[in-house]
Formats: sequence, structure tokens, C-alpha cells
Amino acid sequence: MSVPRWAVTREVLALEPLAASVERDVQSRGEGCGAVSVFLGVVRATHQQRRVHYLEYEGHEALALKAFARIGTEVDERWPGAAVAIHHRIGRLLVGEASVAIAAATPHRAEAFQVCRYAIERVKQIAPIWKHEFFDDGHAWVEGQSVAIDDEAARREALARACA
Amino acid sequence: MNVQVFARLRELAGGVSEHTCDVSPGATVRDVWDAMARTHPALAPFGASVSCAVNEDFARSTTPVRDGDQVAFLPPVSGGAVRGR
Repeated sequence: MSVPRWAVTREVLALEPLAASVERDVQSRGEGCGAVSVFLGVVRATHQQRRVHYLEYEGHEALALKAFARIGTEVDERWPGAAVAIHHRIGRLLVGEASVAIAAATPHRAEAFQVCRYAIERVKQIAPIWKHEFFDDGHAWVEGQSVAIDDEAARREALARACA
Repeated sequence: MNVQVFARLRELAGGVSEHTCDVSPGATVRDVWDAMARTHPALAPFGASVSCAVNEDFARSTTPVRDGDQVAFLPPVSGGAVRGR
């Protein structure tokens, strides 16, 4: 089964096809694959003590795919020989549902954790996907920092978190 | 030209994602934003935090635009929110 490396989808996310896909990529290279690390972001029931009913994710799909590909290029530069895949769900998600799935494969385990963490940090920084939270008593957009794809300081911060 | 606004910006622009806007020769993304903010004054406070794309590529406020281009304005994303750190 073949899955795209990058995806923005309204379908339920599945980690295993992603993990199998990146593992195959790394397996076919010189040293082979020794580790696959996966990350699943799920909808939490509370946000700052408010009870969340559901979320709506909205994205600029074409740009989000470019942001994911950019993250892939950054991973290639920092961790040659690694493979990473990123799928993000959009639309209405209920508490407990997965919003983002990431799989990273590498020859050795330490790098698999690093690549996976780096990828999710960068997704949160540069992917144009917005979270709208709906509570008992209202709703709110979750906004942090501006999307700045070339911001070196943000990239270094993501790297520092990944390699802590 | 075609202008797209997303998420909170869409809500502030009358709940509509797709807009059209006329620009003069030599215009930049910043001029498109200024025109949008004149039509939808609720957008104005977001000028400093908004990011942009032209024809589905990330761009800057100084990027030149021509008639027929598609310009997208992007509000801040959740990454970098303090609770994530």
C-alpha cells in the first residue's frame, strides 16, 4: 500500500501506513532501517480549564503541503538518510480524535525520536492550519506566532527542542 | 485579483473567504492588504501579524502582484503558543 508523504485530509488518520511507508524508504538504503518513531496529536478535552466540545481545523491546503515538503527538506539536510511523513486532518474533530500523524524512520533510534519531534514542532510553526475551539460557553481561535517559513530563529528553536 | 482570507481573518471579512480587489500597476502584497483593510476595517489590527502567499507560494508584504494573481492572507498559527512550550 502506498500513501502520500504529505497530506491534508478530512479522513480519519492512520499511523501504521505512514510508519510502513517511511520504514520501506529507509530500509531500501545502504544502512537499512533500525527505528521508526511516530507521533499522533489528539484533540484534548480541555483548554485552559475550559471544556472543549470539538475543534474545527481550517487550512490552506496547497501551502500546507508545501510547508510539509519544506520540513522534509530540512530533515534531509540535518539527518541525511532519514525519512519522514506528515498527515494533518482538517474539518470538525471530536475530543480524542487525531489531528496530526507523523512517522519518522532512521537507521538508529536516537535520530528517529529527533526527526519526529522536529517535524511536529515545525508543523506547529509554519503549516498554515488553524484551530478553532468550541466550548460550552463560546469559541476561540488558537493563535500563537505568525507563519514565517524562513525564520531561522524559529527553526533553531525547533531543532533545540528535538535534540534536547 | 483574487484574495483569500482564512480562519479569524475570514470571520472579520464578513465571513467570506474569497474576495476580489483591484490594484494599480506596481502594487505589492502590502497594497492588497491595505485595500482589504479599507473595505473590512476589522482586519486592520492584524496587519502586523499576518503572513501571505501569492499564487500558492509563501510571499512577503513587499512581493509585487499583478492582476490575475491569487493573494492569500494567513493569520498566526497555533505553534509558539505559550502552553506548547
